[in-house]
Amino acid sequence: MKKVRVLIAKPGLDGHDRGAKVVAKHLQESGYEVVYTGLHQSPEQIVAAALQEAVDVIGISILSGSHNFVFPAVMDLLREKGLGDVLVFGGGTIPEDDIPGLLAAGVKVLFRPGTPLQEITSFLQANVG
Amino acid sequence: MRYVEDALKGSQLAGARLIRLLEEGDPEGIEALKGLYPHTGRAYLLGITGPPGAGKSTLVDRIIGELRSRGKTVGVVAVDPSSPFSGGAILGDRVRMQRHATDEGVFVRSMATRGHLGGLSRATGEAVLVLDAMGYDVVLVETVGVGQDEVEVVDLAHTTAVVSLPGLGDDIQAMKAGILEIGDVFIVNKADKPGADEVVKQLTVMLEMRHTPPGDWQPRVLRTVAVKSEGIPELVDACLAHREHLVSSGKLSDRMALREVHFFRQLVKELAAEKIFGGVEGNPDYAALLRDLEARRVDPYSAAERLVASLHCRF
Repeated sequence: MKKVRVLIAKPGLDGHDRGAKVVAKHLQESGYEVVYTGLHQSPEQIVAAALQEAVDVIGISILSGSHNFVFPAVMDLLREKGLGDVLVFGGGTIPEDDIPGLLAAGVKVLFRPGTPLQEITSFLQANVG
Repeated sequence: MRYVEDALKGSQLAGARLIRLLEEGDPEGIEALKGLYPHTGRAYLLGITGPPGAGKSTLVDRIIGELRSRGKTVGVVAVDPSSPFSGGAILGDRVRMQRHATDEGVFVRSMATRGHLGGLSRATGEAVLVLDAMGYDVVLVETVGVGQDEVEVVDLAHTTAVVSLPGLGDDIQAMKAGILEIGDVFIVNKADKPGADEVVKQLTVMLEMRHTPPGDWQPRVLRTVAVKSEGIPELVDACLAHREHLVSSGKLSDRMALREVHFFRQLVKELAAEKIFGGVEGNPDYAALLRDLEARRVDPYSAAERLVASLHCRF
């Protein structure tokens, strides 16, 4: 059976990666192969890693408030590099008001703080073949 | 053929997706590999192995930096373990190599073991072929953090570098069979920590006891502090000196020839097993044999002998 590969990325300046690590560990325990990038990634680094690792999914954790820059930049780069088929989801402290704009930019779903982990795996099961 | 042409031109997208197919055991991947094979055999294959926490990924990161400064392009395959329970994995070796992520001359691919033992994943060798065909000058293979007996990397690499660190064991550990026997270059990383001198001494004594015949490569012991980038040029020099020794002594082609035959025999076993079990499916004698086996009316040895004896081989 095909293994689903997920990149978990932590962009920008903030150093709080506990959420990203909790999600990565949950995905591992659910049978996913998770490539973890570490902190302080630029959109260019995230997309380069996704390309080299041939992932199906990118999960980006943002708590720094830079989501309106990072997500669209990642989506543009993905299309540019021929990775338009990679599913992108996000998580972190993202104001409700910003969500429609990010979804319009191509982010598939955004999980806000307090989301049960099961919701993330259920989403992936339903959306990644 | 999808991917082959682009991979040969060095396309990272094509190479990455091809490696993915090979990892999944997709027949399309194997077909592509046949197309790439004539373009392989050029890269220098360097294996880095050692216990978890020895600093292999940081060393690989620094080796990449050193090779890049010498104008070499570098492909990396970094292996991490799969969970025996879920089959999932956290592949975290990239974390230490991210500064090379946007360097076009570097390609880092993480792989999970997917249950394969030996320190590599089943498809590691195939990924190395892809990177070789893509034109990388050096392909680094970082094994999963190995214990005492995961020595498969030696079949894959031209040079095997074994990483040790202070505080892991005494001189008897250094004498045992296994991981410490396979090194062409020994690295004592974290050499600024207490106990480093002791490890260097143990390894040196172990190597003196090995009785290297004259003219053979005498393995070297090097000290590094990878996080501070100390000892890296010397390490790269030692690996390249080993490579040079292999080339000038003719051992490289011997080693590669052995490897091709070994790999071929592995493949034959796999293909033969598939063909045999496919061929006997639905055969009433085979079904009867299985029933006897299940009921312990026949032992597995006799059953296997009976099945193999019934095959008609015409090679």
